[in-house]
Amino acid sequence: MTILTDISAAIMAGDDAGVSDRTRQAIAQRIPLKTILDEGLIAGMTVVGDRFRDHDIFLPDVLLAARAMYAGMDLLKPLLVGEGIPSAGTVVIGSVRGDLHDIGKNLVGIMLRGAGFDVIDLGHDVAPARMVETARDRGAAVIGMSALLTTTMPAMREVVELLKKERLDARVRTIVGGAPVTEAFARSIGADAYAFDAANAVDVVKELVGRR
Amino acid sequence: MTTLLDLAPTDVAPDRAQVLRHLGIPSDAKVSERTEQVYRAAGELFASSVAPAGVLADVTVEEFDAVYRGEGRNQPETPVALIFPRAEHLALFAVTLGPRIGAALTGCFAAQDFALAYTLDAMASVAADTAADVTERRYEGALRARGWAATDGAALRYSPGYCGWDLTGQRRLFARLRPETIGLTLTDSYLMQPLKSVSGVMLAGPHAIHRFPPTYDFCERCETRTCRERLRAMAARRRGAA
Repeated sequence: MTILTDISAAIMAGDDAGVSDRTRQAIAQRIPLKTILDEGLIAGMTVVGDRFRDHDIFLPDVLLAARAMYAGMDLLKPLLVGEGIPSAGTVVIGSVRGDLHDIGKNLVGIMLRGAGFDVIDLGHDVAPARMVETARDRGAAVIGMSALLTTTMPAMREVVELLKKERLDARVRTIVGGAPVTEAFARSIGADAYAFDAANAVDVVKELVGRR
Repeated sequence: MTTLLDLAPTDVAPDRAQVLRHLGIPSDAKVSERTEQVYRAAGELFASSVAPAGVLADVTVEEFDAVYRGEGRNQPETPVALIFPRAEHLALFAVTLGPRIGAALTGCFAAQDFALAYTLDAMASVAADTAADVTERRYEGALRARGWAATDGAALRYSPGYCGWDLTGQRRLFARLRPETIGLTLTDSYLMQPLKSVSGVMLAGPHAIHRFPPTYDFCERCETRTCRERLRAMAARRRGAA
């Protein structure tokens, strides 16, 4: 369907108005909402993510595309909710206790939303208990934790241990990231996964949700 | 002695290559016209929002020892613990870009203008470090003016939250420095408000005291490695002075 290809192209061009117009047209043409989402909006963001991963485009281009994606999602989301079409899953994200650096975490949130996930962003300096309680109460599939300071990384272990203590670890997966965080560290604290950047985080979260 | 620093916006102007690096754009990459447009818009927003300020306070080794020990949560062995007893001059410092940058960032995110927000954030992060660099050089200059025999010396800065100095160290640092005079406060979680701020200690002494092998436990988890960059910069300045 050309209109869906046009939506994807407009996303890749970072054209908010174009995405908005074409999404409106697609809805008017009664194309199934899930098709507009998957084959128009998400397909466009997927190409953007791939090009970003290949260093063909850079962060500002990705963010312009994300904003364009949101222009379409703003139209589509109420209709999807109205029809009871579920999202790809719910992800709780936050920078861990004591860490005020949340720019990388925000980027992960933007890209997860672009991939069709519902994202609950708890901000920065988030206590372990709040992350776990939010995931439990909101039925989240994944908790994503970010840290930029080596001194705040131990709080990630607390979240993992609290999930185990609450017997939620089989239902809620954990992913960690941030400049000083490594795959080895993730393994050492018992986290389910590690992501080295925002694009990788989207791939890993998809995998974690698929594994549940 | 406590000194309020006279910092102008031009003093903290962020270096373009560093901003692009923050955005993950390699120096040899072609920047798209769209990114250039965003960069220009962020530059204008930065210029209209930045209000840099700083404060510096001389302390003795004994006074800093009390600040450094903080709430007893530092790593058992740290570079700072080795360096500061050998420093000839010490000063606590704090610099901030002011509250309007944070407000501008919040506004960009609220408007879902992510590219502008991230570019502005990158500019502000580079500018905050630049403000600290400027403060470091001015401190060294002031020491020289006061007669410090600095032919083989350098002042380098260290901050709570890095290199094993626990973030809780901010509490005593703030109590001694009183950066509220420049509008900088500390939250209950030891975080600075406004966000784009840097605090810590300047340690001045012979080059040799600043060198340490990056073999501490926390070095393994550190990917920023700014200590290496700063030591290289110190060595370059030393070569330039020779």
